[in-house]
Amino acid sequence: MNKPIRRLAVFAMALFGVLLLNVTWIQAFQADHLREHEYNRRQFVDSLNQARGAILVGNQEVAYSEPVGGDSEQYQRVYENGPLYAPVTGAFRAGSSTGIEQTENALLNGDDEQLAVGNFLDMLTGEEPQGASVQLTIHEGAQQAAMDGFEALGQNGAAVALDPSTGAVLASFSSPTYDPNSVASVTETEAAGEAWTDLETDEQQPLLNRGLNERYPPGSTFKIVTAAAALEAGETPESTIDAPETLDLGAPLPNAFGGPCNGGSPDSLAHSIEISCNTSMANWAIELGGQAMTDQATAFGFNTEIPGIPVPVTESLAPVETDPNILGRSGIGQSNVEATPLQMAMVAAGVANDGDVMTPYLVESVRASDLSEIESASPDVLTTAVSGSTADDLTEMMIGVTEGDEGSGTSGAIPGIQVAGKTGTAETASGPTHNWFISFAPADDPQVAVAVVVEHGGGSGGTLAAPIAKGIMEAVINE
Amino acid sequence: MEAPTALPPVKRRNAELVMTLFAIAITLFAMIEAGLTRNGEMPPSLFLYGMLFGGLAVLAHFFIRFFAPWSDPLLLPLATLLNGLGIAMLWRLYEATGDTSGGSAMNQLILTAASMAVFAGIVFFLKEPRTLQRYPYLMAIGAVFLLLLPLIPGLGQTINGARQWISLGFTSLQPSEFAKIALVIFLSGYMVTKRDVLALASRQIKVGRFKVLDLPRMRDTAPMAVMWGFCIIVLVILMNDLGTSLLLFGTFLAMIYVATQRSSWIIIGLAAFFGACAALYPFVPHFRVRMVTWLDAFRPDVYCTDQYLNDPEAFCQTAGNSQQLVQGLFAMAEGGMTGAGMGGGKPAYVPEVQNDFIFSAFGEELGLTGVMVMLMALALLVERGMRIALASKELFIKMFASGISFLLAFQTFVVIGGVTRVIPMTGATIPFVAKGGSALLSSWVMLALLMRMSNNARKPAPQAIQDEGATQVISR
Repeated sequence: MNKPIRRLAVFAMALFGVLLLNVTWIQAFQADHLREHEYNRRQFVDSLNQARGAILVGNQEVAYSEPVGGDSEQYQRVYENGPLYAPVTGAFRAGSSTGIEQTENALLNGDDEQLAVGNFLDMLTGEEPQGASVQLTIHEGAQQAAMDGFEALGQNGAAVALDPSTGAVLASFSSPTYDPNSVASVTETEAAGEAWTDLETDEQQPLLNRGLNERYPPGSTFKIVTAAAALEAGETPESTIDAPETLDLGAPLPNAFGGPCNGGSPDSLAHSIEISCNTSMANWAIELGGQAMTDQATAFGFNTEIPGIPVPVTESLAPVETDPNILGRSGIGQSNVEATPLQMAMVAAGVANDGDVMTPYLVESVRASDLSEIESASPDVLTTAVSGSTADDLTEMMIGVTEGDEGSGTSGAIPGIQVAGKTGTAETASGPTHNWFISFAPADDPQVAVAVVVEHGGGSGGTLAAPIAKGIMEAVINE
Repeated sequence: MEAPTALPPVKRRNAELVMTLFAIAITLFAMIEAGLTRNGEMPPSLFLYGMLFGGLAVLAHFFIRFFAPWSDPLLLPLATLLNGLGIAMLWRLYEATGDTSGGSAMNQLILTAASMAVFAGIVFFLKEPRTLQRYPYLMAIGAVFLLLLPLIPGLGQTINGARQWISLGFTSLQPSEFAKIALVIFLSGYMVTKRDVLALASRQIKVGRFKVLDLPRMRDTAPMAVMWGFCIIVLVILMNDLGTSLLLFGTFLAMIYVATQRSSWIIIGLAAFFGACAALYPFVPHFRVRMVTWLDAFRPDVYCTDQYLNDPEAFCQTAGNSQQLVQGLFAMAEGGMTGAGMGGGKPAYVPEVQNDFIFSAFGEELGLTGVMVMLMALALLVERGMRIALASKELFIKMFASGISFLLAFQTFVVIGGVTRVIPMTGATIPFVAKGGSALLSSWVMLALLMRMSNNARKPAPQAIQDEGATQVISR
């Protein structure tokens, strides 16, 4: 009888072997995944007890933690000017977090490996470990100007401003916004949870960061890309192409102002940009071909997955078109072309920076609680969009938009400072037009590049979006 | 008999004492750590626990030293370690948090004392376990009676969906814990007598010239059919006690295999059991609940995420949720390799953590290292039991020892496998660790039986007085 007993003993051992392997799988290999699982509340309960580092704009702490006090070991996250910075900072809540609070979580709460030594020393000295503080690239005045502009207008939309030479994001505002304080309370968790649910279900989508994560048809602002493709193909600002009153692209494509662009004669590239001529630019797109158009858009950052900055960015699209009717419309930023406001700011910044598009970033530096710098931004070129001479030509053409006699974006002009800009009015299937303005200034020494979109503004880019862009640019230049 | 069956005739009682003291020390250190971590002070009743638990274990050792001196020296230390860790974890869950409404370590300690008294009684009075062979059918009736006891209206209680408890007014008992021991005794006795007919009479199934399977004769399958019917109809359908059903049928298959060494019995048994489960699946709703909460534990409507909290149609609102299972996994993941230390974790996140899921609390606070130690202790206990079966000479004892050992192993697998999502959760108790008198008592009864059998197996045969000659000593 010993043989079956031995076999049974081996089988019993195998049962234990399965259990040992399985606990190893759970506790060693799957542990990290399970700890960060979305259902796992443990991670957030811990996080409420941590002295979280601050998020800074300039010298101001726009998000910081303070002890709840009393018997509680928890910390309350407080947002200064909450609605102003919410599109960037996001909100830190019991349960989950968004924006910079989410992407920089490990640094803010002190779990990051780079903070391990400091934490260990804190543990030895018996001090409470402190998270690192995150310095944003945001420019207070520019951000405020963006919010003021949208509040005055009372419309949804977004504004993004970049430092063209580095890619630093100077402003990133999305309208409507919300107050993170309303959802971050650790003492009144129920009300905070309800407030969050309200925001989530709000039809106006206040939690959506439109600047980075919403795609719009860019309309005529995309003509800069079309012009860039033409110049790169060897044309000059004086090169001409047919610019009739309407162009037959399946359905007739008219100009925004009615009538031909140059009295019926072929129009020059420079003049077409200045007055935002549809028919000539559509002809240029057809002339250059779908592949060249897509290549040029890609060189500006379209069709490319941009890594998180560190918050996630939605990819902008400019697919290759073969049908001339569609290609013509895509040349003026309609049909299948879709861009985030950030992408259009990158188009302006690329032109401003002699053709080099810098990788955008939101975090200037990260400092441990002892103020030692553990991370700092190192600007790098994301893509080279156009040559230096093309960039110069485009700049001249864009100055014409704000300063030319027939310029479509004169309301974006700043007295005493040359502004290079481009308006856009994009038709939508869902309602009134989206109104765009992209620009940079000063034209000879660019310090700021902006893209503003007013969602379903129903007016023109020059009247609705340009004043907001002007305010942002002034805030940066006049500081 | 094959060659190396006899264990060397050494007592090693001092080794047992040292190991037992070590197991007591581990228990007390676990309590100290929990007290310091949670409350910043030594457990106020540490001395009491040390004296009572330590005293009991040392007493058990001296009892064995006198009344079962040849028994396996590993058994008592392993049982002490597991029982002590169970007490320490309950102390950490209840006394250390100041809330003893759901249970207490002191209660468990008192039950341990009672169990050890029964243990001593069995070791003392049951000098020859083979005498149990005399009453197989009495044991069978006893097992069935115990299993059916909870079905009596007024007496039976349904706890957590399973009707497996009886209420005695002052306390609740889980009679199936004792039924399984009675069943092993019955099966050992029955199969020793019916072994030949079960093993030999057969019909061969051939494909061409190759023998595929030795099928037993139809009339010999009666015990299998009875066992199967009982496990499926009574336990699964009437009592919703999947754990006990699985445990009893698994042990039955193991024992019939040991008795006959025929794999066809296992194939038939497994086919019949799983066939019945599959056939019943559409009709027994709790089957589906267990399968879904096992396979789709992370599905939002099974786990019950916020969005399904107010949805009366969701699976977790109509059938059952997987929160306990998933939270148990989270707890174990939180523990990682070395654990949060006793008192350092948040085991209360797991609903009903003091029952089956106490294993996840160990995983969280002692880490992978700690639960591996516990699993190895249980495995060692099982394998020492198998060793006793190998070393014994009588067939009944071989069956009995291997049956009890496998019962311990399979019980561990069913409960820990359920908690760690290897198999669906069915509900069983971890031997020696689980909270509750029935489980603890049955564990110590099994230990006493193994202890006595190992003593008899390891005791050297009496020496003949003369090397050769007239007197022949017959030992019993």
